[in-house]
Amino acid sequence: MIEIVLGERCIACDKCVEVCPTDVFVRGDDGVPLIARQGDCQTCYLCEAYCPVDALYVAPAVHPLPAPPDVAELTEKGLLGGYREQIGWGRGRTPGARRAVGPVMPTTSQVIVS
Amino acid sequence: MTDLDLTADVLVAGGGPAGAWAAIKAAESGADVILVDKGYLGTSGATAAAGTGVWYVEPDPHARNLAMASREGLGGHLADRSWMARVLDQTYANMNELAEVYRYPFPVDADGRQIRRGLQGPEYMRRMRIRARRSGVRVLDHSPVTELLVDAGGAVAGAAGHRRQHDGSYRVRAGAVVLATGGCAFLSKALGCDVNTGDGALFAAETGAELSGMEFSNAYAIAPAFTSVTKTAFYAYATFHHADGTVLEGAGSLKGRSVIARALLTEPVLCRLDRAGEEDRQAMRLAQPNFFLPFDRQGIDPFTQLFPVTLLAEGTVRGTGGIRLTGYDCATSVPGLYAAGDAATREPICGGFTGGGSHNAAWAMSSGTWAGRAAARHARTLGARATGRPVRGAGGAGLRPGTGGRLDHREVVEAVQREVLPYEKNYLRHGDRLTPALAALDETWIRARQALRADDAAAARARAAAALAANARWMYASALARTESRGMHRRDDHPGLDPAQHHRLIAGGLDEVWVAPESVRNAAVAS
Repeated sequence: MIEIVLGERCIACDKCVEVCPTDVFVRGDDGVPLIARQGDCQTCYLCEAYCPVDALYVAPAVHPLPAPPDVAELTEKGLLGGYREQIGWGRGRTPGARRAVGPVMPTTSQVIVS
Repeated sequence: MTDLDLTADVLVAGGGPAGAWAAIKAAESGADVILVDKGYLGTSGATAAAGTGVWYVEPDPHARNLAMASREGLGGHLADRSWMARVLDQTYANMNELAEVYRYPFPVDADGRQIRRGLQGPEYMRRMRIRARRSGVRVLDHSPVTELLVDAGGAVAGAAGHRRQHDGSYRVRAGAVVLATGGCAFLSKALGCDVNTGDGALFAAETGAELSGMEFSNAYAIAPAFTSVTKTAFYAYATFHHADGTVLEGAGSLKGRSVIARALLTEPVLCRLDRAGEEDRQAMRLAQPNFFLPFDRQGIDPFTQLFPVTLLAEGTVRGTGGIRLTGYDCATSVPGLYAAGDAATREPICGGFTGGGSHNAAWAMSSGTWAGRAAARHARTLGARATGRPVRGAGGAGLRPGTGGRLDHREVVEAVQREVLPYEKNYLRHGDRLTPALAALDETWIRARQALRADDAAAARARAAAALAANARWMYASALARTESRGMHRRDDHPGLDPAQHHRLIAGGLDEVWVAPESVRNAAVAS
């Protein structure tokens, strides 16, 4: 679930408020989005993919964590903005779709992406 | 008292791939189109968050023949070759259009030729949004439909809903409506599926349309425990283990998934993707970066370390049941109403075996294309009458409660989940367990019908809860009616295939649910 909105990185572009398919965020008074409905988060990671400044972090657990993860540690591990980088979104990056050739699966004997 | 009152030739409900294709193709046919989504066109639905193979087969008769034959047996011979051939043709055309017109960045092979057999969800759906807007489609995001509108003769004539980020209601009167609202995964947290609450099936049934294949609704996907990322295909590389590290005999992602379900009833099941070679591992990461998010973020190496897995219900998203179609134009039995994607039955191409992945992706773009064009044609035949008709709301449960009392939508959701999520009820089916489960769901429906109510923003939640209950009842009524094992529907008390039941099951009704057989031949040639 969405755990972190990093206020100091956020540029108040409203992108996450706009794209979240389950309407988890609301715009805060200062423009920085608030996690208003965390329980509705479906852990799809798409807000992270769309955030232009890597200010969001979705933890893999489908329930809220007792406390948000440590930002310094996430930064060190490259997890903030890591998904956006992998799918190749952002200036100067190659779209991940260009490289998305899946393995030859043992049961189907065909290359699949699914 | 409607805050936003609009008219259009075609209204598309749902912003996944089927809805996007429907909207674009309707607009390209000259229709004025509005697309509404409960979330956001570009991120909503099962496709956007994931990656998917696509049933893209070169138009070589031998290859096409193999492709059609490959799943007929698995699907219990309920699919139809004429539909398959059409879907293969349309998918081939749409994928080429994606490459050449939409400039989707397909990977290239060693000879520099594009490989057009898969799509990455975020990239695909971002481009579909751009394309829809460039085609002139008006998009209302965060605008869940709460009910269909019908004219005096019962034809569908639009929809009403709520704009949750504007805290206001809306209404669209239209010549035709395409339901592309997705399947129903019962809020199981399966990746991207919490928007797929089966709303379209409820809306359709409220206007008199039928469902088909609702017994094929017991898809469960493998995911790391306590996470959302369902990518069962990659578990072909897995070995499964008991908690003490010994191998769980017979467990597998394809044939042995029920072994995992049975084990999970009493013990944790661990897994390791140790059958993937080094090249496979790299290819998996490139093909499906999202697959690795739970692992990378929990510090697990899935290729060398054991991790606990779970099975998440995917209901009719990866099942094949949905709104019954009456012809190749994806019309329903209700004038003005069309269905596409996972909202519609996928039996025409899948029969009773999971339509997940490539077949569903092909179906979404094909049925979306046909439904969009047909809806545009229908609106044209109505002319000015299309948007000038007096209309009334067709919605019932959750909108217009029968008596007093006030039942919260969360209570309904939990009551439905208690009956449809447990493996021993839905996955490992047996009449002795299905019968009381259906009775409990009927009881929940009656209570919801009487007292489930919500205002404004919560109305869509109440309607989603009602839709879960309705879908669950069609599922179990159909599952009880099919006293055999066919396709994905396996009955512990009827383990064999019964040749006398080589037919589809259609279902319908709200307060009184009914199920009736329909021969595959009749289904194929209808209208």
